[in-house]
Amino acid sequence: MDPKTYKFDTISLHGGYMPSKNAGSRQVPIYQTTSYLFDDVDHAAALFNLEQGGHIYSRISNPTVQVLEERVAALEGGTAALATASGMSAIFLAIMTLCNTGDHVVVSSQLYGGTVNLFRLTLPKFGIKATFVKPRDTEGFKKAIQENTKCIFGELVGNPGNELMNMPEIVKIANEAGIPVIIDSTYQTPYLFKPLEHGADIVVHSLTKWMAGHGSSMAGILVEGGKFDWLKTDKFPTMTEPYEGYHGLSFAEEFGPVAFTMKARAEGMRDMGPCLSPQNAWNVLQGIETLSVRMEKHCSNALKMVEYLSNHKSVAWVSHASLKDNPDYELAKTLLPKGTGSMIAFGIKGGKEAGAAFIDNVKLASHLANVGDTRTLVIHPASATHSQMDEATLKLANMSHDMIRLSVGIEDIDDIINDFEDGFRAAEKPRLVANK
Amino acid sequence: MKFTVNKKEVFASTGGRPFDKKKPLIIFIHGSGLSHITWVLQTRYFAFHGYSVLAIDLPGHGYSEGPALESIEEQGKWIADVIDSVGVKEASLVGHSQGCLVVMECASQFPDKIRSIGLMGGAGAIPMNPELLELAEKGDPKAVDLMMDWAHGPAGHFGGHPVPGLHHINLGGSIVINGSVKNALGVDFRACDNYKNGFEAAKKIKCPAINILGDRDRMCPVKEGKKLADKIKDSEVEVIENCGHMILLEEAGKSLAILKKFIRNNHPAE
Repeated sequence: MDPKTYKFDTISLHGGYMPSKNAGSRQVPIYQTTSYLFDDVDHAAALFNLEQGGHIYSRISNPTVQVLEERVAALEGGTAALATASGMSAIFLAIMTLCNTGDHVVVSSQLYGGTVNLFRLTLPKFGIKATFVKPRDTEGFKKAIQENTKCIFGELVGNPGNELMNMPEIVKIANEAGIPVIIDSTYQTPYLFKPLEHGADIVVHSLTKWMAGHGSSMAGILVEGGKFDWLKTDKFPTMTEPYEGYHGLSFAEEFGPVAFTMKARAEGMRDMGPCLSPQNAWNVLQGIETLSVRMEKHCSNALKMVEYLSNHKSVAWVSHASLKDNPDYELAKTLLPKGTGSMIAFGIKGGKEAGAAFIDNVKLASHLANVGDTRTLVIHPASATHSQMDEATLKLANMSHDMIRLSVGIEDIDDIINDFEDGFRAAEKPRLVANK
Repeated sequence: MKFTVNKKEVFASTGGRPFDKKKPLIIFIHGSGLSHITWVLQTRYFAFHGYSVLAIDLPGHGYSEGPALESIEEQGKWIADVIDSVGVKEASLVGHSQGCLVVMECASQFPDKIRSIGLMGGAGAIPMNPELLELAEKGDPKAVDLMMDWAHGPAGHFGGHPVPGLHHINLGGSIVINGSVKNALGVDFRACDNYKNGFEAAKKIKCPAINILGDRDRMCPVKEGKKLADKIKDSEVEVIENCGHMILLEEAGKSLAILKKFIRNNHPAE
């Protein structure tokens, strides 16, 4: 006897949506509207006071966006989800929901550059400080926890260096300290890894990347695991104490396993308003329909690229957890059995100049500040995505000036390799001239 | 709020308003393995519209001290003790699933304390599937997956939670998993399976009753709910279309509207 709840690929297509409640429309309708009619004054008051569920204003919620939220919650195994305008706004909302002025967070040092800047420069303006720890330094996470620490935040596979956090061990550390773990799982998508199944409490995504997959739309989301007991201690007053904004409501008492999402929506979307447009939600839903098939091709192409780059004379080093000599190989085998993702970091011989020549001379691979497109993308992080980081922060993130970040697309692998050959040939030229 | 019943600590949500014993009291009683959380889309409304509300965690569930009570008869008596403990003379009771059996037992044993009753997804008896019962008593989480599968109608399996962003099955499952599968769900399932007094209790109920049923309920089908309603003297039936067993969440708005009308008529607030 087994439950007949739907499985991953079916949820990718059908999750969160019932045609019978939408005029029989097989495709999810785009509810391009700002606001929603109330039945009467009593109904309006009940909606505003969270006495009843429903839509009020599209900054807070929208029926098209709701389909996306339920679909991603289902794919991640979460109790609830809240979609946002971008991945960055999802992270900001998560931290602002959890923290007050004077609070502290422990953060992996290997993160998307924008996230590093959020923790390093922006959040301190609100009185929220961060301690950065190298992703492989598990003991360092434990040592960094203070009395006022409210969470551990990280990416399982760090951007751009591809170093892994030992999530199961870090979850144990967080559990001992009584704080939640927030994982940015953009690189993995739930196809490769479900952080909530491994003890994380909140997952954030930039849906802009592999989930949407086509480089067309910005979107983010946060997903709640529902297992963290906010009421166990008095450490999280933002979740447990009466909230003046809703007549003394304690989100943890009233909403339990969805308290975080309810608070993030009721307070965060109300006051900060980083709402996702219904059109972009629809675009992301289109992407999610083919998530499994795309991820499979992304990963198989990535493995071929890892092999190609590892054997190339112009390549100084390759970082990808599928390589047997990678320090994270065994951990990745355990946590990421379906594949270690399509992000590869490699060092080009000849350093920064060779890197620039390579990037300027590939034609098929696109030079831009994104990852997780269906198309192959390359960038030199030290001069672009991570350029606002100072030398010390770059060092902590283990980033070198010869590093090229590659997001492997789903083109024919022969065409990607041929394109890279052109890039490497151009990169070798300055060195050949110098050697002469 | 926390209070003491029979020398043990009990937690109940008051719907976001302070408990006031001068206002008419409604007690909400959750289903097997669940907690007060399931009632959030009913309790807040009543709490902000003239009523005092207690969405209780049964002993050994949610934040109430254990152990779980092993029979429906004990649970019915315990609800009467709750009424006494908070210092009021009478209350209306609203139950879901197993909570309906508890409501009926309480209303039949203590007719003078009960003003009206609401039964959501109720039946005169709730015999358990033996395999499901065994899994729950062993503490196997598969019991929760099976329960969530059977308990939810189309909205649970596809989507469309009344509160944007919430996921029916994962939310329901997490409430049970966050408690104890063995010591709460297992004990509850056994109590339901053992309970044979439903129809006799129904005959003794003197107060008005509303039976709210889902036409896609596989756990307590409509015909079983109607059979029970026939035994209660002053009883109404409302059937909600395309709705499974988790009526209070799957069709929170419709079930609240039915309940509002019924309670306002039978237990009015000033």
